Amino acid sequence: MSEKIPVTVLTGYLGAGKTTLLNRILSEDHGHKFAVIVNEFGEIGIDNDLIVGADEEVFEMNNGCICCTVRGDLIRIIEGLMRRKGKFDAIIVETTGLADPAPVAQTFFVDQDVQDQARLDAVVTVADAKWLSDRLRDAPEAKNQIAFADVIILNKMDLVSPEELREVEARIRAINPYAKLHKTSRCAVPLDAVLGRNAFDLDRILEIEPSFLEVDDHDHHGHDHGHDHAHHDHGLKHYHDEEMQSFAFQIDGEVDPARFMPWINLIVQREGPSILRSKGILAFKDEDKRFVFQGVHMILDGDLQRQWRPDEKRVSKIVFIGRNLKEDDLRSGFMACAANPAS
Amino acid sequence: MQPEFDDVYDTSLVGSVSQFNAGAQVVAAGFLADKPVLALADGNILFVESSQRIAAHPDGAILLAHIDDQRVVTGGDDSRVVATRPDGSTIEIGNEKGRWIDALTVRSDGAIAWSAGKHVRARDSRGAVKTHEAPTSVRGLGFLPKGYRLAMSHYNGVSLWFPNTEGTPDVLKWQGSHLDLTISPDGLFCITSMQENALHGWRISDKKDMRMTGYPGKTRSFSFSHDGQWLATSGADACVVWPFQTKDGPMGKPPRECGVRPFKVSQVAFHPEAPVIAIGYEDGWILLCRLADGAELLVRAGLAEGKELSPRNRPSVSALAWDKTGHRLLFGLETGEAGILTLG
Repeated sequence: MSEKIPVTVLTGYLGAGKTTLLNRILSEDHGHKFAVIVNEFGEIGIDNDLIVGADEEVFEMNNGCICCTVRGDLIRIIEGLMRRKGKFDAIIVETTGLADPAPVAQTFFVDQDVQDQARLDAVVTVADAKWLSDRLRDAPEAKNQIAFADVIILNKMDLVSPEELREVEARIRAINPYAKLHKTSRCAVPLDAVLGRNAFDLDRILEIEPSFLEVDDHDHHGHDHGHDHAHHDHGLKHYHDEEMQSFAFQIDGEVDPARFMPWINLIVQREGPSILRSKGILAFKDEDKRFVFQGVHMILDGDLQRQWRPDEKRVSKIVFIGRNLKEDDLRSGFMACAANPAS
Repeated sequence: MQPEFDDVYDTSLVGSVSQFNAGAQVVAAGFLADKPVLALADGNILFVESSQRIAAHPDGAILLAHIDDQRVVTGGDDSRVVATRPDGSTIEIGNEKGRWIDALTVRSDGAIAWSAGKHVRARDSRGAVKTHEAPTSVRGLGFLPKGYRLAMSHYNGVSLWFPNTEGTPDVLKWQGSHLDLTISPDGLFCITSMQENALHGWRISDKKDMRMTGYPGKTRSFSFSHDGQWLATSGADACVVWPFQTKDGPMGKPPRECGVRPFKVSQVAFHPEAPVIAIGYEDGWILLCRLADGAELLVRAGLAEGKELSPRNRPSVSALAWDKTGHRLLFGLETGEAGILTLG
């Protein structure tokens, strides 16, 4: 019996350090055997039998969903890799610097054969501490990659001053406050920061809280959670990105599934092209399990998860990250799903 | 109490099957100079009777294989196209330098065509190779029976290319991603499987479209009957058989279904002389079905009835092939299990 193969998607704007991170992952003594799907051969300095060249062929699904694009080459490559079952236990997909991560992610939800064999583990974005702020202004691709990420490696921090670092961090948080952020130089992050994240596993969605400074493995080795609250006063600037935002809405109580399900489906159908990621943990009326969902553009994946614990407050929370989202519409629509609107 | 599955089927053939383990996932089965051979995912060609293994792709996996009386042609993730002859000798036919071989087809006159990404090569029986660049990556290839003409499936349609002429290929258009491809034996129809769990067909003469939908999974195995009147397909929990008796093909006609079981059909192979289909399933079962009355004969029992396995661990039948006269049926599974049925 074998488990589905985890797939890590590595994105990042040109020159951010994707190849450095990839070489680092491959050269470390970790006991894993990776199949690596790359766009350009020759940059990887490590001998690996299973380096596969990809074409980044993105195509639309014929299902009437305009933003439902997938990577056709990835479907073919994963099918072919299964001829080498047992020769690798994880897949890394490196995208080009200008790539949109969405078609890669959607491939793992849309294609049944891929879904049978592999599971998306996380989207990891490498960002250049020195140049990211500029790229967020002039490169929509860079903004997409930050907005889409589960893990952000803020690289080359040795090339910037502490003020500049705080500045770029604030820019990132204005777009995506939920990703795990690691500040490093030369992509020196522990492997478990990048691999085995289970970011798309509904069972692992435990909470939806901004992860400000929760991870700060450069300055505070060995520090754990608990001391983090002080960091909120650490001088992190609050920026607002004009184009890309994240919104979180909470109902301090239960949601009526008969109202919520049609609403969320309508929202992703209508606003799907502008919603990059969505996530939610909901307390449904008369249901003792948590309902958890996550989405990529128009594709939603949701299920009842574990039981609410007696000491847990039954609250319902959803998060959207996207481009030019209509905050008021989303809020009023969600609030109208409350099981008891008076509460 | 539910009857055991093998009580339901006529098991009179089971005793005529000899099973063995091929040692690796079976990619294709066939008869080379009348001898049963298997192409294996680990890069080897297995001559079943002598147990001889030929390392056609020593450092690679075999992705695709075509086996006929003259040779085994394989395409690998080592970028190579290799022909293996009945005496076990191999010859490299093509090398795409760093790219996987994505599609492969052969013709009885010795012509071979393959693709790697957008690059398509056609090699005629004398060894002359012509190259064409398709608009997007090519997933399926098939020679038309008349003339030296190659059909290639890609995103948004199929191109029909004459390798020996300079002209631009004729295009059969249909939006979407086209995967495998087959041509009817009379050369009238071109049929592709699609990303969206459907088949698409064209009558080549007037490019008239036909859609064949309703599959729960992708169709990855096609087989025309010996008279070209029926097309058997995989991808549903029955073998779906489309009628091609008239000039309109299956347009406006419902398909037949045979061999309904609780698991999806993964491989189909029409008998070379009779209206009988060998059907392999994702749970390792193999049946013979007679098209006329749907009668079923058991060839191989796979997973016990009611047993569920995750798709990744299912013992799918991955290769089925009859010999020329239809007396022997060779089969192989993703697990490396294999066998041969010999009819009296």
